[in-house]
Amino acid sequence: MSTFVLLTITGLGLGAMYFLIASGLSLIYGLMGVLNFAHGAFLTIGAYAFWFTETKLDSLSIWPRFLLAAVVAIVVTTAFSALVELVMIRPLYGRHIEQVLVTVGLALAITALVTAIWGNDARVIAAPKWLGETTTVVGAHIPNDRWTEIGTAVLVLFGLEAFLKRTRYGLIIRAGVENRAMVTALGIDVRKAFTLVFAIGGLAVGIAAVLSSVYFSTVDPQHGTALVIFAFIVVVIGGLGSLRGTAMAAIVVGLVQQYANYYASSGLGDLSVVLLLGLVLLVRPRGLSGSFA
Amino acid sequence: MRRVVIPLAILVALAFVPKLAIDLPYVFKGPLNTPGTLQLLALCLVFGGLALSYDLLFGFTGLMSFGHALYFAIGVYVAAIAMTRWHWGFWPSVGATALVGFVLAVLLGAVSLRVAGIAFAMVTLAFAQAGSILAFKNPYKWTGGEEGFGVDYHKLPPWTVGILNTSHLYWIALAYAASVFVIVQWAVSSSPGHVWQAIRENELRVQVLGLRPYVYKLMSFVLASMLATAGGVVYLLLLGGATTEVTTASFTLTLLLMVVIGGTGTRWGAMIGGVLYVYADHRLGDFASSSAVSSLPSFISTPLQQPLFILGVLFILVVFFVPRGLTQIHRVRRPKTLQRLQEALSR
Repeated sequence: MSTFVLLTITGLGLGAMYFLIASGLSLIYGLMGVLNFAHGAFLTIGAYAFWFTETKLDSLSIWPRFLLAAVVAIVVTTAFSALVELVMIRPLYGRHIEQVLVTVGLALAITALVTAIWGNDARVIAAPKWLGETTTVVGAHIPNDRWTEIGTAVLVLFGLEAFLKRTRYGLIIRAGVENRAMVTALGIDVRKAFTLVFAIGGLAVGIAAVLSSVYFSTVDPQHGTALVIFAFIVVVIGGLGSLRGTAMAAIVVGLVQQYANYYASSGLGDLSVVLLLGLVLLVRPRGLSGSFA
Repeated sequence: MRRVVIPLAILVALAFVPKLAIDLPYVFKGPLNTPGTLQLLALCLVFGGLALSYDLLFGFTGLMSFGHALYFAIGVYVAAIAMTRWHWGFWPSVGATALVGFVLAVLLGAVSLRVAGIAFAMVTLAFAQAGSILAFKNPYKWTGGEEGFGVDYHKLPPWTVGILNTSHLYWIALAYAASVFVIVQWAVSSSPGHVWQAIRENELRVQVLGLRPYVYKLMSFVLASMLATAGGVVYLLLLGGATTEVTTASFTLTLLLMVVIGGTGTRWGAMIGGVLYVYADHRLGDFASSSAVSSLPSFISTPLQQPLFILGVLFILVVFFVPRGLTQIHRVRRPKTLQRLQEALSR
């Protein structure tokens, strides 16, 4: 029983990270029809910004050092993401294939650049002790970082939903996802919303960068690329462009991966996620939420 | 006439390379007929063929697959496993590899083509990722895990083994590239080939004309995958072992780079892109460690040490400024002012 609880919470924690990565991907795709391949590279940049700031602040005690580094990482990914939209995606407006290609090139170039600067070796992240300590629930000892991941993802989900439902910009984004031509016809400049969703995606991925660095306790140049593939799967299973669907799919993928890795055999979790994707596409080619594919 | 003569002339010229003792300083490390140079040239040719097989999907049919690496890796791994782990002979192993490649391409193609566009790209990526995970996890100790494994060379044809036989490997690679070229030319000018290009331009219209795009897309997918599998076997002969590098998603992405840098949907573009890419990937490393570069300030020389950084940036520049690829650079639209000037003058 306690193992099951531990697996469930860990799976939810993993799903929380997938959600944080996938939510940006899903929003960007929903609004702009661009699958951002550089999203994994943004994650790597965030993780390295986090690690780099931590090493520069080693005179501080752990909590302020950790939190400051987290803020820097999030600011860096948000700014970088918005910048990429402005400089590289916008000039190719309306040419979807080219936009995807540019993000592919960017992903490879950034990974190579990070390798060139900091080398291929994994770097160790310092995290506050509290995150590594365990809380006992129904007999299971659960590391506190799992709770942090789940809590943060839930906050981000509610925050994003509130933003999309309650604010004017959120309204424009939602309308744009549904029918971009109509929004443009009403005289609203959708392109501002493009930069905005990229910034939001960057923000979420920055948070994911911090949490995943703590989860794996190291960063390396392949950090983002490894995670983003599962985020892609989450986006497709959840139905491209749907936030709720993405959240649902992230939970399913995280849980399936954990259970299969433990109860079947190690490594089978990743495979069963891929099988799940095949299954979902056979039964519901539009993804779980059925909004778009 | 030109369509046959020029490729044939190039083929004949390339076939004589192992007999030439010409030294090209800076271009290659040693004379053309040395094993090192021949090995690099053979690798270029294999990737030229592989890139063209990818272009059949991407450039000619308009299918953006992110899982092409899987079929190449099948060629490398299944053949290597059959010979080394099951102790099969060379030809039975090749036959088994072709069979596995074919069945897998039909099955996975049939599933992934149920979706289109970006979703198709994602699904092919996921299937390829499954293959990559298998290769890394080393099931039954077959794949050798992260390091891969060397093939049992007793099972290889003796005339392909050993450094003295590099010229034979070069000819095999040349034969592979030439076959892919001929097959792709033949396929895209056949009547299904015309349908592929029509699907790329406007799939809905093909459907309205009463054809089933699904079947045609599957044909293109299976043919491209089989050509990639064949390339995998040639690559195995060339390197003498299987490594996980060929299974990864980045491997497919580099194929995309080759095709786009060279030019999509053209006779030569993808192939030239593949050759140039591999050549640059290997030689840029030497260039970066040369004294000319290492004397530069570190913020310039550090990025130059990673060929993939340079190639990634080149790729982005190509997408922005030469969207049809480097081989089509003469067709780039001239700046509008120039055009207007010309129009005004010709009036």
